[in-house]
Amino acid sequence: MTTSKVTLAKALNSGLRKAMEDDPKVLIMGEDVGKLGGVFRITDGLQKDFGEDRVIDSPLAESGIVGTAVGLALRGYRPVVEIQFDGFVYPAYDQIVCQVAKMHFRSQGRLAMPMVIRIPFGGGIGAVEHHSESPEAQFAHTPGLKVVSCSNPVDGYWMIQQAIASDDPVIFLEPKRQYHADKAELDDTATPDPLFASRVTRRGSDLTLLGYGPTVKTCLRAAEAAAGEGKSLEVIDLRTLSPLDMGPVLESVSRTGRAVVVHEAHVNLGMGAELAARITEQCFYSLEAPVLRVGGFDTPYPPSRVEEEWLPDLDRVLDAVDRALEF
Amino acid sequence: MADPDLIQLLTPEGERVEHPDYSFGAGLTAEEEAEQIRGFYRDMVLTRRIDTEATALQRHGELGLWAQLLGQEAAQIGAGRALRRQDFVFPTYREHGVAWCRGIDPLQLLGLFRGVDQGGWDPHESNFHLYTVVIGAQTLHATGYAMGVQRDGLVGTDDPDRDTAVLAHFGDGASSQGDVNEAFIFAASYNAPVVFFCQNNQWAISEPIERQTRIPLFQRALGFGFPGMRVDGNDVLATYAVTQAALDHAREGQGPTFVEAYTYRMGAHTTTDDPTRYRLSDDVERWKLRDPIARVEAYLTRNGLADADYLDSIKAEADDLGAHLRAGCRTMPDPTPTSVFDHVYAEMPEELRAQRDEFAAYLASFEGEGVSA
Repeated sequence: MTTSKVTLAKALNSGLRKAMEDDPKVLIMGEDVGKLGGVFRITDGLQKDFGEDRVIDSPLAESGIVGTAVGLALRGYRPVVEIQFDGFVYPAYDQIVCQVAKMHFRSQGRLAMPMVIRIPFGGGIGAVEHHSESPEAQFAHTPGLKVVSCSNPVDGYWMIQQAIASDDPVIFLEPKRQYHADKAELDDTATPDPLFASRVTRRGSDLTLLGYGPTVKTCLRAAEAAAGEGKSLEVIDLRTLSPLDMGPVLESVSRTGRAVVVHEAHVNLGMGAELAARITEQCFYSLEAPVLRVGGFDTPYPPSRVEEEWLPDLDRVLDAVDRALEF
Repeated sequence: MADPDLIQLLTPEGERVEHPDYSFGAGLTAEEEAEQIRGFYRDMVLTRRIDTEATALQRHGELGLWAQLLGQEAAQIGAGRALRRQDFVFPTYREHGVAWCRGIDPLQLLGLFRGVDQGGWDPHESNFHLYTVVIGAQTLHATGYAMGVQRDGLVGTDDPDRDTAVLAHFGDGASSQGDVNEAFIFAASYNAPVVFFCQNNQWAISEPIERQTRIPLFQRALGFGFPGMRVDGNDVLATYAVTQAALDHAREGQGPTFVEAYTYRMGAHTTTDDPTRYRLSDDVERWKLRDPIARVEAYLTRNGLADADYLDSIKAEADDLGAHLRAGCRTMPDPTPTSVFDHVYAEMPEELRAQRDEFAAYLASFEGEGVSA
């Protein structure tokens, strides 16, 4: 058993390294991923060890990166593409939605698209515009893509490897605020949970908090604070956004009767809307309150000096919890 | 067409002409050369028949749409026949002649336009990718595929059966797309073994070439750092020679080339288009004199390389092909409603499986119900 305390950034780096060691067809491609090791250093040292043919510094063109990755996948490679920041994925949107997502379908299963598109997402790092966004719903809305988000170092290590091993294209959302925030004990001989599975990370009986990526930490802190006031909150880390793994969610909400979804993305037509609809359809008689959503407001992502007020924080989550409990 | 940049080996009148850099038939005996030109002729006649037959099928309501290639037969057969087995092609939705060269049953081309599938052939079997409808997107796929070929060590090995090139098709309209320009940049940056083959048919639906570019398209290649040339796209010999040289260049590891095949879209953009609204019939009449098939027929007959019997035999073959398309198109099975779920993912998620099963149960609920007339 090899255990070590690692950050999410280091865990992702180790997971990528392991995937490249295990399969020579795995390639990494993106802007500044080589010598620099990526602007967040997630690919640090990989080009040095695997060479420029496998860790490819690309021209500065996102559609070009994803479009050429499509060609590499058609040739039998497993490209892992890095989009430098969430807000820069849109030039590649056409390639992702029209080409990557549909290739398997339109070829009647003859062509596979085993591609991972890594996107550092979310806010809270004091960045300038276009560097703090949460575009997950746009991809979860697209049939043919799978969308996951890790919330912690241990998941980061395993989920990136599982995503690379998947024969379907995976949008892999990394909470950039968490990259260097906390360390966790990683046992690289453990058996990981499946990739497309949600997980109860804290048990509770009064209400279910649903989060993913950066908001799992917020939810856990909210549950801790609520416990001090005698409220027992269950926290579920969704982990997979498309497909949704509704089993643990429905089991939980049918026990607690209340659910609050927390994400940084705008609430309008966000993941919370889909979760609320599905919970209502499938847990209608267990619900004691409507499913509430806490998220970014329906505005563009704001200037960073006001982002902490805009983002769902501990107090806004607790406020929603109170409203649900009092309903 | 007094264009000093235009590479031509067979004039519209069917006369062979010399070019300082390109030639056709080097290393072939006279009979081998004649055989190859007769082969091109046959390919072009049959390709034109596929096109006219499919256009007619659309008019009869058997196809929802057809993208016509009339006038572009030489550009497509010249390029398609320059390929080697191991090369890989990324077509637009108009590359019916190149598909023919790759051995694809033209009936399979109709599926997309009839609405029974979105590409019925196996790209890995034919080394011919599915048609791409989003303009220019496939040029990036071609470039990435070529980068994969490089990583497989299949360029510059000096083994003609291994060295591999990728042929990326697109049109003059696509040359304005960001993806095409990004493909040029990536291909140049990595020296990828790809040939960018642009059929400049002068029209992007109703937009003339002047709306896309102020300079001849092939000259853009210089700005990206690789060679570009303009070939008479209605001259199958020149198109073959130029494409072959460009593919060799790529296979040898010398990187990308831009080939502008200068041609003309004699038909409409697709069967829904009406070119009389935006272009002069004079132009079309002028281009009729440069017909790609007539000039080869003139060359073959004038030089005693094909007689009436031969031409009749090709015509009979075209008639058979037409019958094959008409019969086959009408009997293509529609997809079943639940088949839409089959290949969304390599690994079908549980929630999609549930949606499919629910839909199947819903459909089954109508079984046995009498339908009133």
